[in-house]
Amino acid sequence: MAIPRFWREIPSRYNLFGTKCGSCGTVDFPPRTICPKCGRQSLGRMARMKMAGKGTLVSYTVIHDAPAAFELLKPYVLGIIELDEGARLTSQIIDVDPAAVKIGMRVESTFRKLGQESEAGIIHYGYKFRPEM
Amino acid sequence: MRKVAVIGIGETQFGELWDRSFRDLGIEAGLRAVQDAGITTENIDALYVGNMSAGKFVDQEHVGALVADYSGLSDTHLPTTRIEGGGACGALAILQAWAAIASGLHEVVVVGAAEKMTDVSETHAQEILSSTADQEWETVFGATFAGLYAMMARRHMYEYATTREQIAQVAVKNHKHGALNPNAQFQKEIKLEAVLNAPKIAEPLGMLDAAPLSDGAAALVLCPLEKARRFNDTPVELLASGQASDPLALHDRRDLTTMDATVVAGKRAFHMAGKTPLDVQVAEVHDNFTITEILALEDLRFFKKGQGGPATEEGQTLIGGKIAVNTSGGLKARGQPVGATGVAQAVEIVRQLRGEADKRQVANAEIGLTHTLGGTGATAVVHLFGRVN
Repeated sequence: MAIPRFWREIPSRYNLFGTKCGSCGTVDFPPRTICPKCGRQSLGRMARMKMAGKGTLVSYTVIHDAPAAFELLKPYVLGIIELDEGARLTSQIIDVDPAAVKIGMRVESTFRKLGQESEAGIIHYGYKFRPEM
Repeated sequence: MRKVAVIGIGETQFGELWDRSFRDLGIEAGLRAVQDAGITTENIDALYVGNMSAGKFVDQEHVGALVADYSGLSDTHLPTTRIEGGGACGALAILQAWAAIASGLHEVVVVGAAEKMTDVSETHAQEILSSTADQEWETVFGATFAGLYAMMARRHMYEYATTREQIAQVAVKNHKHGALNPNAQFQKEIKLEAVLNAPKIAEPLGMLDAAPLSDGAAALVLCPLEKARRFNDTPVELLASGQASDPLALHDRRDLTTMDATVVAGKRAFHMAGKTPLDVQVAEVHDNFTITEILALEDLRFFKKGQGGPATEEGQTLIGGKIAVNTSGGLKARGQPVGATGVAQAVEIVRQLRGEADKRQVANAEIGLTHTLGGTGATAVVHLFGRVN
């Protein structure tokens, strides 16, 4: 896959940039051009907004059957997190015993290596979440 | 709009069919449907092909023209279109055929749907399935298709106290039905303990909670209901077609335990047909994972939210139960040639409504339903079929 594919998403993957709708206040992550709640009203009124990176676990799984790129990580915890700003995202949950993960637990973002394009390819980075310190 | 009937059905064996190619499968199912309908190739006005990802599975795009060509139809220059919509593409191809006939655009239309999944490694095939989820904001972070469905299962267990055993019972039931289907990939019953103790793929789901990777194809012939008896004595009416969408990524959905696309597609179909869930005796619902069937039972309003698990455990979805669900064995046991799913489901429902389902026949089946999903529920299609008396 081409390097710009990862480069384009750096603001959101490194620094959790999303958008806030200037019309209805809905927060989206990753950024949206059109607010899913108020549609056309939001055009030109979507403001960039940085998420604080803290949230609550809505659901999770422990992945044992992994894609080739994640083979060395398995088993790993994957979760859906509701950020305190309201938007939800999918992320790995790290630095935790999988048996200790619970729905409702508080988590925070941290910066990690997400993957690598083949053995000599570029490394791409982004967020993973861990229990809130 | 004109009423539309299914006058021909055909399907292949489902399984790991190393000796047969994508084209072989598509043609085999199509020919059976054409013979079953009693039409000749000159009668066919258009062909719609449902296929999820021949480009990735067998490195072949432009499969609409390919299937027409290898079906011996190239001299007729008939219009042929390939429909894509994740795992729902077969059902969407039926919808296109229905719309074309109902509107008066075409008279006799063939719908073919095929997938050849076993020419690539299992890991690669799973990655192709996952590509119907959000590649930039789910799979890049390590999400797998099973992992996303596992998170729906976990949340359903958390909110409704659905048990692991209830979820596993879907696989036991569908294998029981599949054992009666000579075209099924798995014609063998399995025990609850086997499902519970199978190696985990994404907790709480194990290997036997997942439908297999399969090769296979299915086809239908449709025409206006008023003309159906010219060709065939056992037409089945396609009563309604409902389709709906929802956010691509699971985390953007309103509720992890309800597929709003299924709810809306179901409402649209029932409204169009003037029917209710209580009118349905037999249903083929999307069970790519066990939890998916439980969500479908609830979202289609066959059972109240949270009751899908207990109803399954009580045997209410077995043949002979309150509503017979996945009599073919479902994706779980019949097999999951992913793009062929919606059409294979329709083939089973037509068979049931004709009274041709042999050992797995549902008594007095009058109205049947199919429910097909794309991705993790970003597309849902519901079709209702009715016996013509």
